[in-house]
Amino acid sequence: MAAVITRVKQKQISQLVAKGNRLDDRELTDYREMKIEQGIIERAEGSARVILGKTEVVVGVKIETGEPFPDTPNEGVLTVNAELVPLASPGFEPGPPDENSIELARIVDRGIRESKVIDTAKLVIEPAKKVFVVFIDVYVLNHDGNLIDASALAAMAALLNTKMANYEIEDGEIKIKPGYEPLPTKKHPITITCAKIGEKLVVDPSLEEEQVMDARISFAIDDEENICAIQKGGSGYFEPKEIFEASKIAKQKADEIRKKLNW
Amino acid sequence: MNEKSEKLIDKKGLRLDGRKPDELRPVKLQVGAITNADGSAYIEQGKNKILAGVYGPREVHPKHLALQDRTLLKCRYHMAPFSVQERKSPAPSRREVELSKVIRESLEPAIFLEYYPRTMIDVFVEVLQADGGTRCAAITAAALALADSGVPMRDLVAACAAGKVEDTIVLDLMDTEDKMGSADVPVALMPNMNAITLLQMDGTLSLEEFESTVNLALDGCKQIYAMQKEALKTKYVSVKEEEKEENKEEAEE
Repeated sequence: MAAVITRVKQKQISQLVAKGNRLDDRELTDYREMKIEQGIIERAEGSARVILGKTEVVVGVKIETGEPFPDTPNEGVLTVNAELVPLASPGFEPGPPDENSIELARIVDRGIRESKVIDTAKLVIEPAKKVFVVFIDVYVLNHDGNLIDASALAAMAALLNTKMANYEIEDGEIKIKPGYEPLPTKKHPITITCAKIGEKLVVDPSLEEEQVMDARISFAIDDEENICAIQKGGSGYFEPKEIFEASKIAKQKADEIRKKLNW
Repeated sequence: MNEKSEKLIDKKGLRLDGRKPDELRPVKLQVGAITNADGSAYIEQGKNKILAGVYGPREVHPKHLALQDRTLLKCRYHMAPFSVQERKSPAPSRREVELSKVIRESLEPAIFLEYYPRTMIDVFVEVLQADGGTRCAAITAAALALADSGVPMRDLVAACAAGKVEDTIVLDLMDTEDKMGSADVPVALMPNMNAITLLQMDGTLSLEEFESTVNLALDGCKQIYAMQKEALKTKYVSVKEEEKEENKEEAEE
């Protein structure tokens, strides 16, 4: 995700953070302004747009029928894909998904899968033969840092907005009936990312902060305040006490966001 | 799957393979396993069998990837088609792409990258047989291979997972525990600097459980670190002794 940042600015950001300040006047544990819109794409079964500062992510959910995995015949299938579309950043290129977009998709996937958001048992049409497949497509439209939190939030918002067609089975064929039901969801994980800059941890790093950070760590926190997924990224390291500090910050921030969203 | 009915921890508190909760699987490390590579290592951890090879610093290919102020570290984690129960397609899966990235990021802090600008170092990891915890074993072996190649390093990187299986926090999960357990936390550590360079998790843990799981994993990393140092000594002490004997013979002539 190459984009250029001058040395002067790098130094400025590090020095500010060391004093507990940030370039955009946020506190170290402040999120940027967050906006969520649901149901923005009518053709999709579910959709949401999350705007986090200048970062913008759209998630669309499509539901199709398919075969279950052989080892889970009584569960529907969940797949997450992420596109870092070239219009979103000078650093994104067209082409097959690179490691950054694969990592992003897998972090979003793990947050949703491990906290068991979707009641996959209710997505079975015919055990071992036919189930509903939930496709979550993360579409990054403007990259200004912290794609992980924005994408995870957008994916969750889109799932909550997802409608499933009513159906009945006639001679092994699916017949669509009028009306919709919401996708059976159980939990609402919220993913919080902390970046380490020097000796400090900052929440919701902007793109410029990401270019200065040593490393980042993301926690997906579920409704019971349990951790259900973690990913460390970046070429730096954390000391154990920094990890535990970050986990506490994540729990607190997830709690705040959850209250605000009423999830 | 009928394995679900199986108890993962018995009445005595022992695990499927008879280990105590805080016990590692038997680990075998060998430094220098591939003669063509600039550095290499082989690890067996439980039924895991993994080879790591390092090439470089060498010319960057393709050239435009070269970094002007440091070496480019590349990493490829790959599983052999026969390494798992159902044949795995040899094409890199999304999982392998992600693991290649996190393994690279776990090794980068250990290397003095700035010593070799405009070059690249390739780290290749081949999983010949997988038995859970392959990313950790891969990091352990890759760090040894890097050290064997002679690249200046701040410290070795030792990795080990811990997790939760039936309400017990256990060290070094094997395949069945990984699949049936309720949480898996792989950790990589540079022990001298107390620096965690890899941390992932999936499953469900409370904050308190998470802390004790990480601490147990760190403990495992330190045990593996001791074995890594031993493995390096085994190779280089024997090389030194051979040299000594050669010198003696020469002196006698």
